[in-house]
Amino acid sequence: MTSTTTATTDTLRFATAGSVDDGKSTLVGRLLHDSKSVLADQLEAVEQVSRSRGQDAPDLALLTDGLRAEREQGITIDVAYRYFATARRRFILADTPGHVQYTRNMVTGASTADLAVILVDARNGVIEQTRRHAAVAALLRVPHIVLAVNKMDLVGYEEKEFDRIVEDFAGHAAELDLPGFTPVPVSALCGDNVVERSAHMDWYAGPALLDLLETVPVGAESAGAPARFPVQYVIRHDGVRHYAGQLVSGSLRVGDRVTVHPSGETSEITGIDVLGTTARAAYAPQSLTLRLAGQRDIARGDMITAGPDAPELTRDVRAAVCHLADRPLRIGDRVLVKHTTRTVKALVKDLAGATELTANDLGRIALRTAEPLALDDYARVRRTGAFLLVDPADGATLTAGMADLS
Amino acid sequence: MTTAATASQETDSPYALSHLDALESEAVHIFREVAGEFERPVILFSGGKDSIVMLHLALKAFAPAAIPFTLLHVDTGHNFPEVLAYRDRVVAAHGLRLHVASVQDYIDRGVLRERPDGTRNPLQTVPLTEAIQQHRFDAVFGGGRRDEEKARAKERVFSLRDEFSQWDPRRQRPELWNLYNGRHAPGEHVRVFPLSNWTELDVWQYIAREHIELPEIYFAHEREVFQRSHMWLTAGDWGGPKDGETVEKRRVRYRTVGDMSCTGAVDSDATTLDAVITEIAASRLTERGATRADDKMSEAAMEDRKREGYF
Repeated sequence: MTSTTTATTDTLRFATAGSVDDGKSTLVGRLLHDSKSVLADQLEAVEQVSRSRGQDAPDLALLTDGLRAEREQGITIDVAYRYFATARRRFILADTPGHVQYTRNMVTGASTADLAVILVDARNGVIEQTRRHAAVAALLRVPHIVLAVNKMDLVGYEEKEFDRIVEDFAGHAAELDLPGFTPVPVSALCGDNVVERSAHMDWYAGPALLDLLETVPVGAESAGAPARFPVQYVIRHDGVRHYAGQLVSGSLRVGDRVTVHPSGETSEITGIDVLGTTARAAYAPQSLTLRLAGQRDIARGDMITAGPDAPELTRDVRAAVCHLADRPLRIGDRVLVKHTTRTVKALVKDLAGATELTANDLGRIALRTAEPLALDDYARVRRTGAFLLVDPADGATLTAGMADLS
Repeated sequence: MTTAATASQETDSPYALSHLDALESEAVHIFREVAGEFERPVILFSGGKDSIVMLHLALKAFAPAAIPFTLLHVDTGHNFPEVLAYRDRVVAAHGLRLHVASVQDYIDRGVLRERPDGTRNPLQTVPLTEAIQQHRFDAVFGGGRRDEEKARAKERVFSLRDEFSQWDPRRQRPELWNLYNGRHAPGEHVRVFPLSNWTELDVWQYIAREHIELPEIYFAHEREVFQRSHMWLTAGDWGGPKDGETVEKRRVRYRTVGDMSCTGAVDSDATTLDAVITEIAASRLTERGATRADDKMSEAAMEDRKREGYF
C-alpha cells in the first residue's frame, strides 16, 4: 500500500511455513508492520483487541489471523493471501499454516511460490515439522528457500545456536535435493533482521529478510522453457476460430509450426491477438488467442506446442503426490485427473508400496488414464507437469500430483 | 467503458510483463475457465469500480465475440442514482442481459424487514441467493479482492457454496497452481473471484491505463452530506439525516460504491484519475475502514456475512 503510483514491474510470490508457536504470524505481522504496509485503521483495530486482552504491546499476529476460529485458538488454519509493496518490488504472500494437519495448505501456498520462508524456533531447532516443510518445498520445486531462525532473542542472540540449526537443516536439505537455501537469524517479536538489520547480532553480516525478498531473482524459471498453450475455450466469430488460452511457458510467434495434442495434427500460426491487440509474438504468462492455418478440430483440453521439445503423450502417469483430502486414496480407486484444461478418467494402479494415502501424506503414484495426457516433467515445466486428482462422485479435490517422467 | 485494448504495447522481452499485464492475464484465464466448464455463469454487476473492471476484463477475454454471460445486480433500493444510470448505460451499450434482484421488493412483500440501523447491505444476501437458485446460476463472478478484508484474504478464487450459498472457511477446497476445480453437485454453485490478487491501487491503475469510464461519484464533487459514525453520508429519502444530524455541502468523493446507508464519502479534491491514484497511494486508511460502516459492526462482520451467503 505504500507503493507510489509508478508501477514497479516485478512481483515476488512467496509462502511462509512454520510450526505452531514458531511465531509465524508474528513474523508476517512484523514484516507488514515494519515495511509500513499496515494502514492506520488496521493497526488501530489490532491495538484495540490487544488492549482488551490485557496485552501492553499490539499483538501483530492479529493482523493476519482472519477467521474467528483462528483468533479464538491463536493458530492459523487456512492459507491467507497478503499484498504489499516496497519501492523495489510487489509481494504476494501466501501465509500458510504449519500444523501437521494443515500440510496440504502449505502445498497450496507453495504451488505458486517463487520463494518459501521456512521458520524454526531457535530454542527447538529443526524438528519433524521443519523437515516436512523442507520436503514439501523440495517436492513442489520452489526455486528459493529461506531458513528463518526465529526467537533469537530467547537464545541470547548466540551465533553458535544459529550455526547449529543451519548445519542441521543443511543435512536434511542435502538429502531432499533442495537447490540450496539462505539462512537468516531473526526475532519477529523484537524486529531483528526482519525489515531492519539487528543491532544484537554483529556476527551476522547477511541481509535482513526483507532485503532478501526484494532482491531474489524471479521469472528465471521459465527462461528457455518450451512453448505450451493449453486451449481453454474456442471463440468463433465471423467464421474464424480463435483458440483462447494462457501461454503457460515459452513463447510463440506468427509463422511458427505447431503441434496439437493429443491428435498430433500440425499447423501454422496465422495470427496472435493479445487481449484485443494484434501481436507478432506472445510470451508466458500472457493470455491470448491464436489463429491457425486450415480448418481444424481443436477443442478445450487440447494442447498446442511448438519447437522440438514435445510433451510426452502418455496414459501411464507416474508422479510424486501430496494427498489433500480427509478420505484416503487407495489402489483401485477410480478418479478424475485434471491436467491443464483437460479432465480425464483414471485408475489408481500403484502407490509405491503404500496401501493407501491419508490426508497430508506425501507419496508416489502410478495412474492409468482413459485418454492420453500431454505431460511434461514437473521439474522442467511446473504448469504442464502439475495435476489434481478429483473425486468423480462429489468433485472434491483429492490429491496434488507432480509428474515424474525421468 | 472501452471494449478494445488500448494498452499492452508489443514487447520483445519475454520477461517484461508488467504487474498489471500479469494480473489481467490471470483474470482473463479465470473468466475463460468458467466459460469452458460451466453451464450458466453470471457476473455480479453493481456499477462499482471492481465490477466495472470485471466487465472490462470479460469483454477482453472473449473478444472479438460477445461475453457469454449475463449480469446480475442486487439492488438495495438505496443505490446512488448516478450509479444506476451508469449501470443501465453500460448494459445497453454492450447489448448485455441484466437480471435485477431487489431488496425493496422483499421488504414490500414482508419477507425482509428493515434493520433498526437502516443499513441494507446485510439484507442483500437473501435476494442474491434466491436469484442464484431461481435462475440456476452455477458460477457467480464477484469483484471481491483479498486485500479488502481479513476474511476475504482467506477466500479461494473458485469458492464452492452449498445450496444455501453458505461459505465454510474450514471446508474450502485446496487450490493449487492455476488448476481451478469447479465441480459441484446440482443446487450448489461456485463463486468466482477473478480480482482476488488485485489491490485497490491495482484496480485504479488499471482503470487509468485502460481509460475505463466510471460513475462520477468516484471523483470529487459538491454534495449534500451529513455526518454519522464518523462518516459523511449522502442525504436522501433512504433515511438521513435524522434529528440532530445536519446537512452541509462538502467537496467529497467515494472510494467504494454500495448502499447509501452505509457507504461513506471522503473529503477530496481529486477530480481526475491521476489525482485519485495519488490520493489512494498516500492514504493511511484502508478502503473499507474509511468508508464502510457494515464492516465495523464486529471483528468478524465480513466472515459472518460470507458464511450466510454474502460475497
